[in-house]
Amino acid sequence: MDGTLFRSVNKFFIIAFCLDIKSYKSFMHRPDSFFLATKMAAPLTLLLIVAVTIRAVLFRSSLAELISARVEVVSPLNAWKRVVEGLALLDLGVSPYSGDVFHETPLMIYLFHFTVDYAEIVFIVTDGITALALYLSIQTYNKDVFRKQKYALESDRYSADCLELLRSPKEMFYIPLKVAMFYLLNPFTILSCVAKSTCGLNNAIIALFIFCTLKGSALLSGILLALATYQSIYPLTLFAPALLFFLQRLYIPVNLRRSSFWFFTLQYAFMYVGSLVVITGLSFFLLGSWDFIPSVYGFIFSVPDLTPNIGLFWYFFAEMFEHFRLFFSCVFQINVFFYTIPLSIKLKEHPVFLIFMQIAIISIFKSYPTVGDVALYMAFLPAWSHLYRFLRNIFLVSCVLLACSALFPVLWHLWIYAGSANSNFYYAITLLFNFGQILLVADYFYAYLRREHHLTHGLYLKKKDGTEATLVLK
Amino acid sequence: MGLLSDPNRRKALTGLLTRLNTPICGMPVEWLVKAMQSRGLEVFTQSFSRKLPFPDENKERYMVRGTNVYGILRAPRAPRTEALVITAPCSPGNTNNQAVALLLALAQYFRNQIYWAKDIIFLVNEHDLIGTQAWLEGYHHTNITGMEYSPLQGRAGSIQAALSLELSSDVITSLDLVLEGLNGQLPNLDLANLFYAFCQKLGVLCTIQGKLQRNDWDTAEGYTHAAQTMMLMVLKQACGRSWGDHGLFLRYHIEAASVRGINSFRHYKTDATTIGRLLEGMVRKLNNLLERLHQSYFFYLLPSLSRFVSIGYYMPAFGLLAVILLLRALDLWVHLGAPALAAVDGVTEPSSPGVLTVLTPVVISHLTGVALYLLPVHLQEMAVEHFPVSETEAVVLTAIAIYTAGLALPHNTQRLLSGEGTEQGWKVLKLTALLYLAVLLGCTALINFSLGFILAVTLVPITASITPHMPKALYAVVMVLLSPAFTILYCVFIYQELIEAPVSVSEGWMLFLSVISQGILDHALYGSLVYPLLALFIYPCWLMFWNILFWN
Repeated sequence: MDGTLFRSVNKFFIIAFCLDIKSYKSFMHRPDSFFLATKMAAPLTLLLIVAVTIRAVLFRSSLAELISARVEVVSPLNAWKRVVEGLALLDLGVSPYSGDVFHETPLMIYLFHFTVDYAEIVFIVTDGITALALYLSIQTYNKDVFRKQKYALESDRYSADCLELLRSPKEMFYIPLKVAMFYLLNPFTILSCVAKSTCGLNNAIIALFIFCTLKGSALLSGILLALATYQSIYPLTLFAPALLFFLQRLYIPVNLRRSSFWFFTLQYAFMYVGSLVVITGLSFFLLGSWDFIPSVYGFIFSVPDLTPNIGLFWYFFAEMFEHFRLFFSCVFQINVFFYTIPLSIKLKEHPVFLIFMQIAIISIFKSYPTVGDVALYMAFLPAWSHLYRFLRNIFLVSCVLLACSALFPVLWHLWIYAGSANSNFYYAITLLFNFGQILLVADYFYAYLRREHHLTHGLYLKKKDGTEATLVLK
Repeated sequence: MGLLSDPNRRKALTGLLTRLNTPICGMPVEWLVKAMQSRGLEVFTQSFSRKLPFPDENKERYMVRGTNVYGILRAPRAPRTEALVITAPCSPGNTNNQAVALLLALAQYFRNQIYWAKDIIFLVNEHDLIGTQAWLEGYHHTNITGMEYSPLQGRAGSIQAALSLELSSDVITSLDLVLEGLNGQLPNLDLANLFYAFCQKLGVLCTIQGKLQRNDWDTAEGYTHAAQTMMLMVLKQACGRSWGDHGLFLRYHIEAASVRGINSFRHYKTDATTIGRLLEGMVRKLNNLLERLHQSYFFYLLPSLSRFVSIGYYMPAFGLLAVILLLRALDLWVHLGAPALAAVDGVTEPSSPGVLTVLTPVVISHLTGVALYLLPVHLQEMAVEHFPVSETEAVVLTAIAIYTAGLALPHNTQRLLSGEGTEQGWKVLKLTALLYLAVLLGCTALINFSLGFILAVTLVPITASITPHMPKALYAVVMVLLSPAFTILYCVFIYQELIEAPVSVSEGWMLFLSVISQGILDHALYGSLVYPLLALFIYPCWLMFWNILFWN
């Protein structure tokens, strides 16, 4: 009797919720969506203006020079100083890769060959584009999530007592704006932009790739992924989530024995590899030599520059005996790519979350990470704000990340200028910072899986003997 | 140690001393150049000029123009890639003439020895720290403080260590070692050990903070004495200024200390010969070093010259203080999270505090901080026009006025903007402020332990316990009494008490004013970080807590 009552009450709630959904849906698909556009455009414009103002002020201040020399903000791969050096060499008719200074890709140097006088504007606009792309991507993604949630509700796939886990249009309304804000106003992004680190451009390419993927354009997605790979190799691992997304979108099951699966995979892979070949070929014709391959990709893989940064490579490789170097660089590099396989299997139903995980892993484990890389995945955090109740370590993680960000320059000062500390101090903070990041990503991963589990199995799980159960991530 | 053992040299030294004791206006540059040249050094001069942001009333200077003279003794034994510096500030008047004379005598003696493996630079600098700053910037090709100076014509290798001499008379009773440098930086402890070892060897009385070491460690008096010595070191380190010429060398990763001769009314006197032997011994030890001093401690506190407290002992004390803040923040976090979990069944809780409620006080506090940092120096001309005060007074009084005005401004504006403060609002603000303060104090303590510790002791208890529900008037008084400015005032009185020169309230107030002007000057002249730290970070952070007290 009680059970039926509970069921009927629940049904009522679900119906009420669906009504809410319908109003939301009609709201989203109203032919005159002008109202929506104006409602969100105003805060977005305001945000862009604030972001541009902050950057413009910092560019004009004396801080810009200081920031562009910080090892946390620029790496040998993306320092503006090196771009200028490369441009000077190019103007002199020398190959920019002839020294050991320049490690940008040829397309990048040609971009700046024409825009070097407007570099500051280029970097500000790039940040704006990234934020817009993220904004639109998350908007698309949220619509998608909502549609799926509605179908699942209608087909009674969700457990009865997990109503409170469902997402309402109200809470989702401002998420895209928050994502754009998290990117544009994040101090890490601002520092990176003011230092004119080309990391901002790579972020823009990845953001555009995500946008095209979520919009369902396989060709553009393939081209942009190729461009991102060409820029810094590591986005290669984003191939898997993008493919999974398209398969899901086209209702092709991930089944190795189905020809349709292979057909689409090959099609997408062809677009990707084809664009990669075209871009690389174009670079060859621009410079007339293959010098850039060892100088860019060799430099990324073999990690010859051990300038301290916020990553894990430099200290380890500085301490290591030389004959282990090849072995350990293989181990460290495989580490970045390895997580793609298990994560793709575990998250094959949730490609967008997989994209987030992959970007985070790349920015933690890549060979020359900077705070700009960290900023890109942190921008996604508002999109997972519904996981908040399942996060376990968020206070610890925020304290660790906050403290580490402040301690980086302090310990650098003690080590390099005062001479009273040494590299161990700085590396300890690097380790702690990366520990915090890993904890953050793992926490979100756990929370995401746990929410999915609750959605199908009910929120209040009981063990067989009736006591309250706890979930363990295995 | 054959220094001055033969009568001829001793006679020469005495001649020099009497020669220098005759009153001279300014620094006798030409004479010094000749004297150094005649002793076989390569001699160069460097002229510099600096306009202070406002007149320095303690030292009575505003437009400073001077010349540094330095002579380089080239090392005969090694490739001249490294150097040592002996410096003596030559101030107007006769206050440091003995040091200059001793420097010249040492140069003459060192010139005849063959065992030098490092170049030795003998530097006589004018206008004490300003001259040292100009010379160091010239030597390292940097310009961080906007000083105007002529480039150095002669250089030696990279400087490994430096000693600064300050002697006011030709006989002394004891030697005082000064270690505290700019921003509380200390030289390697081995330099202090070296000094102590040679003092023991030659039987010279040596002191630190002007206090003799006592042998009765385990008695209450002995313990108090050591604690007082250490307190003095903490206070001197916390104020972040350079307490001798050596303090500026430390920034360039050069181990340096000042040796100061003190002539008190003791019977046992030490003559210049013994000090010369002591310095010779120290320089020879440094000359034999194969690498920079790095084996020993850089973070220490000295209760006496022969004993030290290492970072491992004093950092936990600070850590425990900082943990209070973190635990409080955790407590607030749990409180903030709890209602969010309780109100899950569809009922929308009272809207969580907007970003604006927290952002407004934070931004306003920091703007006040920026005003406190920028306005005093920039507004001095206007203040002098309108009020009957001198420039220095104008700067200090403007700073105090802005500081006081800051107390009234933020909480009022915050109320205007966001209406009634909610319960959640202040909790979020306090959480932010606690984490901010914890990170701030942690970073400060790493760079300058004493400053971090003093600030932690005064700020942590009140900030951890503050809520809007306390009796406002009482807690407002307590908060003001524990604010950074009052901390400086207490430090002035405690310092005077410890150096056994207690002052009356009005004298203390004058000292407090001069401490503030010196702090601002130190920042402008040498890049000391205490003033910007207090104005731009600690004070705004304190204002955030002030805001919480007056939340609704």
